[in-house]
Amino acid sequence: MRVIIYLAIGVIFGITMFKSEAASWFRIYEMFQFKSFHMYGIIGSALFMGVLITQIIKRFNVKSIYGERILFPSKEKSFSRYMFGGVLFGLGWALAGACPGPMFTLAGAGYLPILIVIVAAILGTFVYGLLKDKLPH
Amino acid sequence: MEPWPWYISGPMIALVMFLLIIVGKNFGMSSNLRTLCTICGAGRSANFFRFDWKSQQWNLIVVLGAVIGGFIASNFLTENDAVDIHPKVVNELYEYGFKDAGEAYLPSELFQNNVFTDFKNLSLLILGGFLVGFGARYAGGCTSGHAISGLSNLQLPSLIAVIGFFVGGLIMIHLVFPLIF
Repeated sequence: MRVIIYLAIGVIFGITMFKSEAASWFRIYEMFQFKSFHMYGIIGSALFMGVLITQIIKRFNVKSIYGERILFPSKEKSFSRYMFGGVLFGLGWALAGACPGPMFTLAGAGYLPILIVIVAAILGTFVYGLLKDKLPH
Repeated sequence: MEPWPWYISGPMIALVMFLLIIVGKNFGMSSNLRTLCTICGAGRSANFFRFDWKSQQWNLIVVLGAVIGGFIASNFLTENDAVDIHPKVVNELYEYGFKDAGEAYLPSELFQNNVFTDFKNLSLLILGGFLVGFGARYAGGCTSGHAISGLSNLQLPSLIAVIGFFVGGLIMIHLVFPLIF
C-alpha cells in the first residue's frame, strides 16, 4: 500500500515537472536571462504555498496519516558548504538544464542522452563522498 | 493538453511536498543519488555511503514515479511539446547554434541521440551532470530540498544555498556560455 502511495506521489511530481516545463533546458536558460516570469512564478507560488503548509503543520501540530509526529529538522548552521556547493550545483543546473528531479522525468519522457547526465550526477555524488572530509563545510 | 501555467505548476509542487510530509517523509530528490551510490557499493570506498539504503527505498519509489510521470506527460498529455520561450531568447540561442529554440522541449544538439558521437556536447552533459551531483550533495540538497522544502521551513542555510544556485547559474549562462557556444 505504501509503495503505491509513494509511486503515485512520484507520478504527480513527474507530470508536474514535465507539464510545467520546469524540466525544459530552454526554460532554465530563459530564467537565468530574466526573460520570463514563468520559472519565478512556479518557484514563488510553490514557496508561498509551501511556507503556509509548513507553518500550519507546525502551529497546529498536524500528525502524519499514520498518527506520527511530523518533524522538520533544522539544517546545520554553516556558510561555506551551502555557498560553495550551491554555486557548483547552479553551474551544473544551468549547463545540463536539469536538476535531480526533472532528470528522471526526462528519462521517462524518452530522452536517452539524459541518462548520461544521470550517471554523471551519480558519479559527482560519489566523488563528493570521497572528498567530503577534505572540503570546507 | 497545453503546458501548465505557473499558477498551477507551483501549487502542484507544494502539493507534492505536502503529500510527502503527510505520509511522514520529506521532499528532496538529490539524496537519491547518494542512495544509488550506496546500492552500487560505494560504501566500500567512503564512509559517507555507509548507511542502510533500505531506509531510503521510499524515495527511490518516488523517483520511479517521476520517471513514469514523465512518460505519461510526454506521451499522453502533450500534443505539441514546443516550449514557448521569449523571442529574444530564441534569437540568442539561435546565435549559439541551438536551431530548434522555441520549437522543441529540449535542444536537439544536446538531447537527441546524435550527441553520443558529438565529443564536445557529450562532455558538456557529463560536466553538467557531475556538477549537479557533486554540488547538490556538497550543499546538502537541491532545488527540491533547499529551494522548496528548506525555504518553506524558513531555513537560512537553504537561502544561502539557493543564492548559490543562482550565482552559479548566472555565471554559467552569462560568462561561460559565450565561451563554449
